[in-house]
Amino acid sequence: MNIEQNTHTLSVYVSNRPGVLARIAQVFSRRGYNIESLVVSPAKDGDFSRMTIGLSGDPDGLEQIIRQVGKLVDVLSCVDHTDDSAVVRELAMVKVRVDAEHRIGVLQIVEHFACKTVDLTDTSMIIMSTGASEKVDAFIRMIKSFEVVELVRTGKVLMARGDQPT
Amino acid sequence: MKSNQTNSPMDGAQALVKCLEAQGVEYIFGLSGGSAIPIFDALVTTGTKIELILVRHEQGAAHMADGYARATGKPGVVLVTSGPGATNTITGIMTAHMDSVPMVILTGQTITPMIGKDAFQEADVFGLTMPVVKHSYLLKNPNDIPRVVKEAFHIAGTGRPGPVLMDLPKDVSSGKFTGELDPPMNLPGYHPVREVDAAAVSRIADALSRSVRPVILAGHGAMISGAEQEVLQLAETLNAPVTTTLLGKGVIPETHPLSLGMLGMHGTAYANKAVVECDLIMSIGSRFDDRIIGQADRFCRDAVRIHIDVDVAEIDKMIKVHHSCVGDAKEVLKALLPQVGQLNTEDWLRRIDGYRNRYPLRYGKQGGLKAQQILDELYKMTQGKIVVTTDVGQHQMWAAQFLKTIRPNDFISSGGAGTMGFGFPAAIGAQFGRPKDQVWTIVGDGGFQMTLCELATACVSKLPIKILVLNNHYLGMVRQWQELFYDDRKSGVDLVGNPDFARLADSYPGAKGLTLKRTADIRKILQRAMDYNDGPCVINAECEKTENVFPMIPAGRPLEDMLIDRPRKKLEKPTGST
Repeated sequence: MNIEQNTHTLSVYVSNRPGVLARIAQVFSRRGYNIESLVVSPAKDGDFSRMTIGLSGDPDGLEQIIRQVGKLVDVLSCVDHTDDSAVVRELAMVKVRVDAEHRIGVLQIVEHFACKTVDLTDTSMIIMSTGASEKVDAFIRMIKSFEVVELVRTGKVLMARGDQPT
Repeated sequence: MKSNQTNSPMDGAQALVKCLEAQGVEYIFGLSGGSAIPIFDALVTTGTKIELILVRHEQGAAHMADGYARATGKPGVVLVTSGPGATNTITGIMTAHMDSVPMVILTGQTITPMIGKDAFQEADVFGLTMPVVKHSYLLKNPNDIPRVVKEAFHIAGTGRPGPVLMDLPKDVSSGKFTGELDPPMNLPGYHPVREVDAAAVSRIADALSRSVRPVILAGHGAMISGAEQEVLQLAETLNAPVTTTLLGKGVIPETHPLSLGMLGMHGTAYANKAVVECDLIMSIGSRFDDRIIGQADRFCRDAVRIHIDVDVAEIDKMIKVHHSCVGDAKEVLKALLPQVGQLNTEDWLRRIDGYRNRYPLRYGKQGGLKAQQILDELYKMTQGKIVVTTDVGQHQMWAAQFLKTIRPNDFISSGGAGTMGFGFPAAIGAQFGRPKDQVWTIVGDGGFQMTLCELATACVSKLPIKILVLNNHYLGMVRQWQELFYDDRKSGVDLVGNPDFARLADSYPGAKGLTLKRTADIRKILQRAMDYNDGPCVINAECEKTENVFPMIPAGRPLEDMLIDRPRKKLEKPTGST
């Protein structure tokens, strides 16, 4: 089967109630979609939460999924922001095993990608990278020439630009 | 009910019963158990007028609530205990969910400190039922009960209806209630019905005005919204034929000259031919189920396709449509009716009448007792003035074909889920909801055995339900598939070991058993069942064993491939689902 695989970013605004995440996850898993990233956090009003879901899959099926998610009682809105003008950011932390001899090389990459070192020992370093996902991807590709021990990414968060609601 | 603070000491379960009363609940179908004892106790201590119908298996309770809801339009209520009590209802919940039936399920649960610790009879019912409910709640505080009950009934009954589950831990139902009995709902994300889009309606009216070969497809949604008058008016105004889904039977009287009966896999040949040849199809409250469209990408390929549905997620799900309007069917049709006039359909209706005459529903009258003939005679004797429930299989399709339905909510069948064992308990629920109507359930010998323990339930309440067991000693529909597509290799379909259903019925106090073996006795035995009203009556009809249902469209094939009769050559295995 040759399905066009597109990357999508959905923003879902939900009532902050038990089970809401499971219900949304079920809509995806039942239809064979894999959630690639997921960020859930309280919204401006604490009774509600904001979810940002990154995923890829057949765009036809995705329209159906967006409607099914929108239908859930606890969901106030579900919007696909893929083609919108929106600010998308992500944060990654990378732990690199590095001795004093190779530290300079690592720091050159850190400087180039405007990352920060947030932890430093004589054998390791934790680097924090923030920005658009592509930039984070590029940083990770480069830093992998050193010995990466651990990698953590937050997943995308997104906000619509200007007066447009997210 | 006043919304002030209650002064008298009440527990959560008593508050629950008060709230159910406020919702107009007449019956609760249930079976007791440890963690639900406080709720069953409250049914006594509150002195409520709500009647508890004690079932023999929880699946039966769910189907009874379902049958009650479909027969009356009001939500059915189920009350069971935790763990196995709750899991036994899941088939019934799924059945209601697939067919958009309003239902509220109350399940007992272990006390909150024990949740998640594998307590006795603990199951994650909230999680287990999540894919088959419209919404669900796990209650933590007795004071939340009134709001949740209000929300549950509102959600179950509005928009596209469905089951809503409330999981009630024992310490919540037995905990002290100090809250308000009539608090406001809090559902900021629930907007069940959209305003009718006037522009969309105009586009539909415009498309209709150009059609000379239209077909109206009416489904369950039209019935749920109570749009039968509007559907009839639209059909008569346009002079357009109407076909219905299985669950749409009764939206338009099937005796009406514009009615084509049911379409789809075992629908009438003339309905299917009309759908194949139409230049426009307009669905009102049907979800273009795979049983009616066959091969999706060939369904009405060259026709203008229009979809009216209350659920936006149904638009373009199975069939891509040219025009759609999301909203309540009755409201959409009310907006549409003033914009349409009579179409030039004389030739079209004449062509369809030709098909009607050439390919009527029929059956061979030679040989043994024919299930079709029993149903045909039953229709002739009752003229559609009965409530019918069915199980799932050959008998269901024959019932849909030969028992013409005249009024909405009179034909009750498990459509989407195809749940065997549904028919009889659904008839019990329907009889409670419609005490003055004659209720028949048409079942097979396979399905009836799945829930026949509810004969006791029917006997206790002296329900005069007529149970017609079309007994062919096979799981007949699967046997038919094996005959047609699998070289007649029978596997897992031979029901040796059936009881004598008539004698079984006689063993229940107040039930009557009848046996029908000869074609000549059909009317006599049916009449005898109609005359017995002191309890349920089981007719064991020993039918011809290897009769098949036709017409038939093999699963996954386009409607053009309909088989009017038994094919001479061997058929390929169907590609479609089941």
